[in-house]
Amino acid sequence: MKVKKNRVHSPWGGFFFVLPSILAMAVFVYGMIGYTVRESLTNRTNAWETEIKFVGLTNYRDLLVDPEFTHALSNLLKFTIVFMIGCLLSGLIMSLLLEKGIKGEGFFRSTYLYPMAISFIAMGTSWRWLMDSARDADATGLNYLLQKIGLGFLQSDWYTSEAGSMYAMALPAIWQMAGYVMALFLAGFRGIPDDLREAARVDGASEFKIYRHILFPQLSPTFLTVLIILGHISMKVFDLIFGIATKSYVTKVLAIYMWQVIFDFQNFAAGAAIAIVILLMIAVAVIPYLVYVNKTEEANK
Amino acid sequence: MSTDIASRVTKKVDIRNKRKLDGKGQFWLVFRYIALSILFVIAALPIYIMVINSVKGITGVTQSAAFIPPTKLDFSAWGPTWDQLKVPMGRTLFFVVQSSLISAVIGAINGFVFAKWRFKGSTAIFTTFLFGMFIPYQAIMIPLTQFNQWAGIGGSIYVLVFAHVVYGIPICTLIFRNYYAAIPNELIEAARVDGAGMVRIFRTIFLPLSIPGFVVVLIWQFTSAWNDFLFAIFLTGGSPDLAVATTALNFITGSGNQVYYGNNMTASLIVSIPTLLVYLFLGRYFLRGLLSGSLKG
Repeated sequence: MKVKKNRVHSPWGGFFFVLPSILAMAVFVYGMIGYTVRESLTNRTNAWETEIKFVGLTNYRDLLVDPEFTHALSNLLKFTIVFMIGCLLSGLIMSLLLEKGIKGEGFFRSTYLYPMAISFIAMGTSWRWLMDSARDADATGLNYLLQKIGLGFLQSDWYTSEAGSMYAMALPAIWQMAGYVMALFLAGFRGIPDDLREAARVDGASEFKIYRHILFPQLSPTFLTVLIILGHISMKVFDLIFGIATKSYVTKVLAIYMWQVIFDFQNFAAGAAIAIVILLMIAVAVIPYLVYVNKTEEANK
Repeated sequence: MSTDIASRVTKKVDIRNKRKLDGKGQFWLVFRYIALSILFVIAALPIYIMVINSVKGITGVTQSAAFIPPTKLDFSAWGPTWDQLKVPMGRTLFFVVQSSLISAVIGAINGFVFAKWRFKGSTAIFTTFLFGMFIPYQAIMIPLTQFNQWAGIGGSIYVLVFAHVVYGIPICTLIFRNYYAAIPNELIEAARVDGAGMVRIFRTIFLPLSIPGFVVVLIWQFTSAWNDFLFAIFLTGGSPDLAVATTALNFITGSGNQVYYGNNMTASLIVSIPTLLVYLFLGRYFLRGLLSGSLKG
């Protein structure tokens, strides 16, 4: 049979079909980021500014000496550290408890993951109540529960305290994301061939040594993925904090401050500059990661 | 590949050390169940509180009894709360269905090209798409609002359809690309020998195999658009005429009247029910979408 010349044999046929998406990404992701950068370099610091001119890095320099901004930045970093460590540990523990297989695994796994299906705004109601700062006789939520189980000395102001607010705010965040981390680690563990483990057991290695020397080293790509995912989510955190504490000063992070600067102060140039700061903090981690993923995929081809 | 990752998570495994199920093995098994149960209680606590307090009436939530289920069910908070939420939730459903369907179609086409119909530079372009998945949407929000005004969709619910479709392109493309990459190339080669073009191959061979991929993308887009708050609050500017589920909920619960905790909990529960139902019945597909976002195993 004669092979018919394909109508769309051209290697560029595919390009034609993704062209609309390429244009959309070019305009709405990269173009708009460019526009925001440009905005951040202007003097549009209030809604009635009509004579727009470029002022260089002035807005960024102003941010550096803006106490609200540095406060929000340091809050964000505190939150990020506790959130990332907490998620990593709890996700890892969940996956360690499940990875060898156990009766009822599906049930536990589904329960640990369901928070991912609910909006932060909805869960904020529960968490706001759980983390109510009233103590002792007036206590509700977690403070009440702590007294009941004899840990009354652990009662806390939670997210309303000056010093501990961001650590408290990390709790609902960990609660929401730990199941996701668990799923990633489970996938990692179960991607390791069983023979490796069996061989080590035959050689008489203890279970602890098997984890330490055989399984964990195999999980390093998973660790990297988890760090990138948690890191970028943390940098962007908005709904979670807004849902619990709205614009409260003690829990202000960059995304909340940006929203306030735009809507309450109509300072578009400063808002744009804050957005670009968030973007840069994400980009320094994500771009090398994407390049690395791209390379390993090319190598596996 | 996402499909592989997800089935790895859900596959039944039993690689316990069988030689050692003695006293020590028994101890660890009990220990694991206790730890799993404690974690279960922590995971379930916030939703448990929501559920039991939603059936105690509008003001029946006394502070100290909030952890205890009610002695009799009182659904009086449901009626008024539903009245406040039904219009915004209907509006959410209206835009979410549209944005999810459009996203799925775009994702399927893009995914097929990036997996099976590559062109020079396609991998690099795909990587630039992926970056769009990680960006903070704050970095595009200011020009996006201006674009919406210019395009004439500012002040209508279509701003949200548009935003979720455009910014959903990366993840939807990724899910379909991973899904199609698992389909053997031999299928394409055989069809090509028979003279089929790529478009026909996509339509007659790949699309019929794509149902699970579509379910994953539809669920993913549905859940993330339903739960979205950032686009909603920025692009609708808090206008009550454009309130969607999350912004309406925030309006109810954010007004912060502690007396109405029954009301607030009920409202939060009602808004969560659609995505919880999807998770309950199609959790496996939700997991796939979730793991696709991790790019690789």
